[in-house]
Amino acid sequence: MSQATLSIKQISGHAGAAPGAGVERDYQVCKLVDTTTCIGCKACEVACLEWNGYEFTETVFDNSYQTMPQTQWNYWNLIKFNEHEREDGSISLLMRKDQCMHCADPGCLKACPADGAIVQYTNGIVDFQQQNCIGCGYCVSGCPFDIPKFNPKTKKMFKCTLCVDRVSEGLEPACIKSCPTGCLHFGTKDDMKELAETRATQLRESFGFENAGVYDPAGVGGTGVIYVLHDATNPEAYGGLPRDPHVPWVVRFWKGPAKWIGNLAMLGGILGVTLHYLRYGPKQVDGDMHENGGQP
Amino acid sequence: MSASRVISPGQVGSETGSRILRYTLAERINHWIAALTYTYCLITGLAFWSPYMFWLAVLVGGGPTARFWHPWFGLFFTASVGWMYKMWYEDMLITDTDRRWADAIKHYIENDDKNLPPEGRFNYGQKLYFWLIFYGTILLLISGVGLWFAESIPWSLRWLRYLAVTVHVVAGLATIGGFIIHVYMGTAMVRGGFTSIIRGEVSAAWAKTHHRLWYEQVVKGDPPNK
Repeated sequence: MSQATLSIKQISGHAGAAPGAGVERDYQVCKLVDTTTCIGCKACEVACLEWNGYEFTETVFDNSYQTMPQTQWNYWNLIKFNEHEREDGSISLLMRKDQCMHCADPGCLKACPADGAIVQYTNGIVDFQQQNCIGCGYCVSGCPFDIPKFNPKTKKMFKCTLCVDRVSEGLEPACIKSCPTGCLHFGTKDDMKELAETRATQLRESFGFENAGVYDPAGVGGTGVIYVLHDATNPEAYGGLPRDPHVPWVVRFWKGPAKWIGNLAMLGGILGVTLHYLRYGPKQVDGDMHENGGQP
Repeated sequence: MSASRVISPGQVGSETGSRILRYTLAERINHWIAALTYTYCLITGLAFWSPYMFWLAVLVGGGPTARFWHPWFGLFFTASVGWMYKMWYEDMLITDTDRRWADAIKHYIENDDKNLPPEGRFNYGQKLYFWLIFYGTILLLISGVGLWFAESIPWSLRWLRYLAVTVHVVAGLATIGGFIIHVYMGTAMVRGGFTSIIRGEVSAAWAKTHHRLWYEQVVKGDPPNK
């Protein structure tokens, strides 16, 4: 959705500079998800549906507490449940709130061909503008977290907006507001990182989680959603959180050098045939083949 | 397989006047279905390719409309290429004549056609273009389905999503390269070619100049050159 009160950092599929980019500075906002204090109550899932006006939809039961296998176009917030066997054979039930990560270097925006269909605001929120979306699904290939989803009815892509409509009015996202344990926090990126590091230190020093740490992957320039993990050395255990996410190099090449190579090749082709015509012109059909010894 | 025939046999052998059927009605219809559907995919594809060409989508009804029809027109194009394959497969097989012609292609480019070995119904360049489009279409179809239903490709097989992007781009650009040359040659360089794919006819002189072996067979009433 369009947020006139927010200043734009970059937009997708745009020829030339993004209008409004760089005119204002803003705090970068961030959600902090402390997986160590999440109880898997799914209040955030419900709050997300409520605020964004979606009905609960049919789902798939696959022998887990998890509501559905992955997020959907109208289900943007999903707690992922994973039974993880520790080295000593004991089991820990890992719960991670999955949603759009609001990457500083968003692969969806990079892949998107439609002018202004994906916007990154100065505060770090990456938002889809459905009125500009053409429904091509390139963002699906661009995203390193498998987040954008297609609504087959409206043929537009959807994902978590980080409650851009609430945030731009000075409110916290709906999921944060609903969390009963306080495992969800919202604030500036700097504050959230500090809080996360403090919690990770506490986990390491006082609770025996030697590998506790903060997930704020550098491969995508850091994210607008960061996690505290009991074991930051194994993010995959938390419902497949990628260890080193980055915009796929194919997408980078496609939207970078390939564009120029392809455009130059096409221009070269047009230039080539034009030069050929100027140099050699059309072929002559000889009416008198006898002269050429070509009599049939 | 062509049904080439001499339309006005009384004049064959004289230098002027006689007309030869080069493309049957079915071949012409097929060619223009392929041409129109390819052009649609080209315009919309270029719109998705670069922000600097996104305005092309406006010509065909805007971004969402272009996105909706692009894969369908791709399917129509694939069907027309399939039909084309059925009609022209035998004519398009590369022969020893073609290999000799290919060795002398410099003369063709320089319009020095006297020094070229005579060719059959299609010359080596036309055959190359046919096979470029044929295999290009297969790649575009497979990768296009991947792009169409990217979300249905499981996350564990996401390399297929990236492969689809790469193949679609490379195959698309390759066909565009051939298409530029094809349009140039069919309209500007080889005069009479454009009329032949519209009305189906060429002059005997044209046939003799550009496709002499084919011309000789047509005149003799032999089955068309492979």
